Amino acid sequence: MTYVYPILIFAAMGIVFGVLLVVISKVFAVKTDSRVKEITAALPGANCGACGYAGCADYADAIVNKGAAMSACLPGGGGAATAIGEIMGISVSAAAKQVPVLHCNGTCTVTKQRFHYDGIQTCAGAKRFYGGNGTCAWGCLGYGDCAAACENDVISFVDGVLHFAIEKCVSCNKCVNVCPNNLIEMRPDTKRKVDILCSSQDKGKVAMQTCQNSCIGCMKCKKVCKFDAVHVVNVHAEINYTKCKNCGLCVKECPRGCISLRK
Amino acid sequence: MSTYISIIIAAVLTNNFVLSKFYGCCPFLGVSKKLDSSVGMGLAVVFVMLCASLVTYPIYYAILVPLEMEYLRTVAFILVIAVFVQLLEMVIKKLMPPLYKTLGVYLPLITTNCAVLGATIMNIDDGYTFGQSLVNAVFSGVGFLLAMVIFSGVRSRVDDAEENTPHMFRGIPATLVAAAIVSMSFLGFGGLGQ
Repeated sequence: MTYVYPILIFAAMGIVFGVLLVVISKVFAVKTDSRVKEITAALPGANCGACGYAGCADYADAIVNKGAAMSACLPGGGGAATAIGEIMGISVSAAAKQVPVLHCNGTCTVTKQRFHYDGIQTCAGAKRFYGGNGTCAWGCLGYGDCAAACENDVISFVDGVLHFAIEKCVSCNKCVNVCPNNLIEMRPDTKRKVDILCSSQDKGKVAMQTCQNSCIGCMKCKKVCKFDAVHVVNVHAEINYTKCKNCGLCVKECPRGCISLRK
Repeated sequence: MSTYISIIIAAVLTNNFVLSKFYGCCPFLGVSKKLDSSVGMGLAVVFVMLCASLVTYPIYYAILVPLEMEYLRTVAFILVIAVFVQLLEMVIKKLMPPLYKTLGVYLPLITTNCAVLGATIMNIDDGYTFGQSLVNAVFSGVGFLLAMVIFSGVRSRVDDAEENTPHMFRGIPATLVAAAIVSMSFLGFGGLGQ
């Protein structure tokens, strides 16, 4: 009996409390919109936060209840946007996939080191120590803070400068935020083909000495452009992408090879 | 009557659950960032303590003692507390969705909050009558609420002064130091009401 009573009593308590909870849960049931669950399932589930919400479930809730944009999911791209549109009964145009580009082309062979840096082996650490040990203070520091921030193995190093495995990228912007020289930019994958692969704002002579691939502000790209899309600001070429037609004239004209045309 | 008054003073001030006995530190540190969420949490704890005492006291004296099952009281009490927390969670989710969101994970954590279990077990250990145990439970909860409200005020001042805090003390360390100082201030109530 010493063993039976406890079992019986706890079973009885369990049943009473269980029934009580079931009744209460029926009385206080909260109606949730079934679309929130469906949209959460349609999203990639990366919880990356690129849409501006705390996670996929939060974004789904915002779409249904706060009228958030349906095309804000970058990792999901067109597929997710169409699926969400179907659930909500509205057709949406997808957000263009964003891919990273590095505005520096200063590989180990074309730039030099100013000094040997033995400090903390991160870009942020090197940057704080007299602006880094490269001759160019604007360029890629090469310690891989971006690669460490990336969760999808997108970033690798070739000749001391980044290489992006774009097909793996989920456009989470983490590398963009971590670069101390602000060299990484997210740009739409399809329309935009011409990129300036240099961020140096040094004057021509200095830029020439620090790096063989630097923009020296020679204005040749500006002069050759037929669409008034290229300008030189702060001794540095900039492209106005609303005017650029991807003709590639400036790419051929650049004596420093620092403008690239993607296919 | 004087017993009730001394129970109230002890529960709220001299033997404050959080600041003197260090029960329930988890929600005390977790939900005290904002005044409204700390008030919500405090009221939830008051409610759960009252309901749990209301049920555990008869369960202990009517069921466990006659059957000589006192050794199972921890399990039985936790079961009761868990039921009331679950119940409270459903009610809050229905009636006060913003509060439900701010309390978040700390609401189900009341289930294993040692303050609630502590209150119900102290009712038994201190040999209170049914009425006394209810008073003790409610005012233990009120003491918890008081500590939460005071500390949320202290904490907002600490957060405002983050600029002047040494770098390694920012965030949790400064919060814990502030909690220690608030706890020390409650030592001043020692001996009151005896």
